[in-house]
Amino acid sequence: MSITLDIRLKRANKVYHEGEVLAGVVVLSSKEAVQHQGISLTMEGVVNLQLSSKSVGVFEAFYNSVKPIQLITSNIEVAKAGKIPGGKMEIPFEFPLSTKGNKVLYETYHGVFVNIQYMLRCDMKRSLLAKDLSRTFEFMVHCQPQKAKLVPAPVDFTVTPETLQNVQERSLLPRFLIRGHLNATSCVITEPLTGELTVENSQVAVKSIELQLVRVETCGCAEGYARDATEIQNIQIAEGDVCHGLSIPIYMVFPRLFTCPTLETTNFKVEFEVNVVIVLQDDHLITENFPLKLCRV
Amino acid sequence: MAAVQWHPRERRYTSELQSCRPECAPVEPGDYHPLKAITVTDAKSRRRKGEILARFTTTEKLSINLFMGTDKGKAPNPGSSAVSEKVRNRLEELDNQEEGSQRELLNLSQQEYANRIEELNQSLKEAWATDQKVKALKIVIQCSKLLSDTSVIQFYPSKFVLITDILDTFGRLVYDRIWSMYSFTADEVNDTAKETCLNWFFKIASIRELVPRLYVEAAILKCNRFLNKTGIQETLPRLTAMIRGIGDPLVAVYARAYLCRVGMEVAPQLKDSLNQNFFDLLSAFRQLHGDSVQNQLVLQRVEIPEYLTLYSPAIHWILQCVAYRAPDPLLTEMMERCKKLGNNALLLNSVMWAFKAEFVAARATDFIGMIKDCDEAGFPKHLLFGSLGRSLACADPPEAERLTILNEAWKVITKIRSPQDYIHCAEIWVEFTCRHFTKREVNTILADVIKHLTPDRAFEDAYPQLQSVIQKILTYFHDFSVLFSMERFLPFLDMFQKDSVRVEVCKTIMEVFLKHQAEPTRDPVILNALLHVCKAMHDSVNALTLEDEKRASSFLISGFIRMVWFGRDFEQQLSFCVALANQCLSQADAFFKAAVSLLPEVPRSISVEGKSRPSESFLLDFISNFFATLLVVPDHPEHGVLYLVRGVLNMVQDYTWEDNGDAKVKVYIAALPLLAAMSQETYLYSIPKVDSNETLYGGDPKFLMEINKLCETLIGQVLDYLKTLGREEQMVRRQGSLSFSLFGVLLAHGDLRNNRLNQLAVNLWNLNHKHGCSDTRTSVRTLEHMKQQAQQPGMAHMADMVQRLTLQSRT
Repeated sequence: MSITLDIRLKRANKVYHEGEVLAGVVVLSSKEAVQHQGISLTMEGVVNLQLSSKSVGVFEAFYNSVKPIQLITSNIEVAKAGKIPGGKMEIPFEFPLSTKGNKVLYETYHGVFVNIQYMLRCDMKRSLLAKDLSRTFEFMVHCQPQKAKLVPAPVDFTVTPETLQNVQERSLLPRFLIRGHLNATSCVITEPLTGELTVENSQVAVKSIELQLVRVETCGCAEGYARDATEIQNIQIAEGDVCHGLSIPIYMVFPRLFTCPTLETTNFKVEFEVNVVIVLQDDHLITENFPLKLCRV
Repeated sequence: MAAVQWHPRERRYTSELQSCRPECAPVEPGDYHPLKAITVTDAKSRRRKGEILARFTTTEKLSINLFMGTDKGKAPNPGSSAVSEKVRNRLEELDNQEEGSQRELLNLSQQEYANRIEELNQSLKEAWATDQKVKALKIVIQCSKLLSDTSVIQFYPSKFVLITDILDTFGRLVYDRIWSMYSFTADEVNDTAKETCLNWFFKIASIRELVPRLYVEAAILKCNRFLNKTGIQETLPRLTAMIRGIGDPLVAVYARAYLCRVGMEVAPQLKDSLNQNFFDLLSAFRQLHGDSVQNQLVLQRVEIPEYLTLYSPAIHWILQCVAYRAPDPLLTEMMERCKKLGNNALLLNSVMWAFKAEFVAARATDFIGMIKDCDEAGFPKHLLFGSLGRSLACADPPEAERLTILNEAWKVITKIRSPQDYIHCAEIWVEFTCRHFTKREVNTILADVIKHLTPDRAFEDAYPQLQSVIQKILTYFHDFSVLFSMERFLPFLDMFQKDSVRVEVCKTIMEVFLKHQAEPTRDPVILNALLHVCKAMHDSVNALTLEDEKRASSFLISGFIRMVWFGRDFEQQLSFCVALANQCLSQADAFFKAAVSLLPEVPRSISVEGKSRPSESFLLDFISNFFATLLVVPDHPEHGVLYLVRGVLNMVQDYTWEDNGDAKVKVYIAALPLLAAMSQETYLYSIPKVDSNETLYGGDPKFLMEINKLCETLIGQVLDYLKTLGREEQMVRRQGSLSFSLFGVLLAHGDLRNNRLNQLAVNLWNLNHKHGCSDTRTSVRTLEHMKQQAQQPGMAHMADMVQRLTLQSRT
């Protein structure tokens, strides 16, 4: 006697916005009729905050108080206790995605210390002897497009041994001149980060040039905060001794789920940065950091 | 009731078909698969693929570095839910393969390497078939990663070919999968298809390393069609620019070649990216002579000329794409840009290779100038001249320049030291020479080739090229008197010393001769030379030769003999045949053997003047004549005594003769005179300078005994047959006439002093007369003849015998 529960949304990409109606079906399929004590469907949006281990010591008292922030929750009964006939059955449902009070539906985001997730959970209660069945399903929420107009402001950069900070022995550095620009640091999340970079000259051959996308997550409250920067992805844009004087494109797609529009709330912040990392053949590592502002239009 | 008339609907199948495809960029007709030649899927490029694999080889040990194997469970990231963890793991698997179980296969031979890649291709298909899409993607990423490794650089082009095969497979799988999800009616379904497609692109966009990211995205370029109309148009320039990030110029140029190839396949109308690829290649061209490359070459002990040739297939590809249907001004511009660069021999070579032959031919003199200016230590010059020659083989330069071109080119070609390089280049130029010049120039070239390839028997390694030279000459020279009047033609043929090759060449020559020689010839030069050719062809036949080959050879040889005609000068014709017999005993032997073995295939009836007639009488005539010829044919030293005669008799025995006919026995009887003639001390006739069996055996008693034994058998057979005939009434007439034939033979060829033979003859006479069906006049004449014979010395026994032969009374 096996029964499977499944949830399907109308939209293939599973993306919804605040104010819209989340619609779909619960699919029940079993070979024979099944007795149950009621089927319910729960929709929930939660922000989970976690402190990094290095922060835990300092904020121990505070750590315990970091509990999930509920953004939205709703529950409906799909079917009353009874018997489901054998075969495949689809039960449609709808949830309005509206919040109570002044709460906002933040955009779905999977991070390390901050996670914003929206789930649907379908539960089937059954008699004492049979196990309850449950099925969870994540759907995405995209925040409302920002009204403010984005004017792309290119950012030029030049990297030479002299421009570097945080150098131990400047005199040991090989000579190099790298010029480039990012077309914008205020980026539309659906558009790639673009720009160009030229190795004008370099005494030591280039080994690799990479774009490191970094998330900066801050959790905190009145007592203090924990701020951690971790790598989301590292995209190599040049490999080996590239031709000097020839511009190399900077191009990086913002990964879905792992990025969201830059977010700043009273309890937490999610920000992004990109590092242009140049590795020389002698393993010198040169990094140029650019804070980004992501938004959705 | 009036019949309903049928009116067919007018159909436009092409457009109807078009309308049910998703989105298709408009393409000018005939433009769709323009460079089929460079797509790996069709035959021609398969050949090119094979060429690359055969050409870029190595004996060095290779290694494959793969980070696959079991997926180790990783510590879950803090704060991630079940679903996101899965996604994250996937991404991390893709990202940080270094942390996966690394497997390096070291010390692989080239073949092992290729096999390993093929295994990966198979596991890709398997993974796909079992719905392990992530694993499939991982395999493809790992494979494309191998393309950033230039450790055994001579093998790189071959590696490229092997790996892009996998990429093609992958691209096809992804495209087909999404295509199968696609629907023309339901938008909801298409959203799913689009979502799947987007997923692939997002996954690929997060591949850490540049080279795999580039290749894998290029592999699924076609899938952009599912997303929007401009996808491909935007992606191609981006990927083109992305290649600038590849530091190693060889890796970069092959990446460009792949991108151009995929681009041509998917969106041939987008020419800008092709051009851009070429221009980018030019911008980074100086890299080839940069320090990084130099260091690498020193490390791997590879010379610059060899290194540069590794680029050729890729640059050929790119330029072919660029040049396809390109207007002349664009080509001119491309050429000018190449000219401006230093060390441009490599580019020059590809330009000549890839641009329209007409374009190159028209500027041949320019090209020669440029080739001469090239650095000696760089790209091999013979390859440059080879490429130029290839263009000139199919398009003609201005007439006034032709001789200068040939002279200039040959001046360089003749100086090429390596015989292999020399012949590769010379072979190409033979075509140009044959096309525009006379036998004098061709002869000069042949002489030059002979001069280069004779030392150290260098020709042994150049048979394919030498064969091609012959082929080309034969394409342009059909007049064999001209051909053989080239002094060096026959000496050239002498270089084919490997039997199989020589025979092939001979066949080619004979085929061309038979095809183009409209009238029979008596030209002694032709006859002499072709006889030589035929002899070679014939001598190649041995026990292992297949029937078909034998047939083909004999067809060609007999075809030649038929073309020999001395008109009314029969004496000449005869003397040719005599010459044939004289010089070509072995050929004759083969003919005779062929004739014998063909006997069983003689049909029972043949058509004569439109009427079907039994062939038996013709066959009997032939066999008798054949016997007469066999007298002069000496026994083959390797076969037994009377090999051919026995052969005929065996064939005769097995042949299915007409029922109720005596042909078989007639043949037996006819063989007796031959055998008798063979046992003579001096033969009835012989061919001057041909030693027949008389000289061969010199009347050896063993030989005579063999003959006699054979005769005995034959007579025995005839007599047995006569007995069977005697059993039936209606056959006595046949019995009579056969017995008389045998009697005649005994009389003419037998020694009737022998009592038993004498008795046999008498019995036969009586048998003939017993049934009253003998021809009295013949009998009387026979008796008269015998009486005459009896007058001769030593023939007295004839008189006795006549006494014993009684004429049948007419009462």
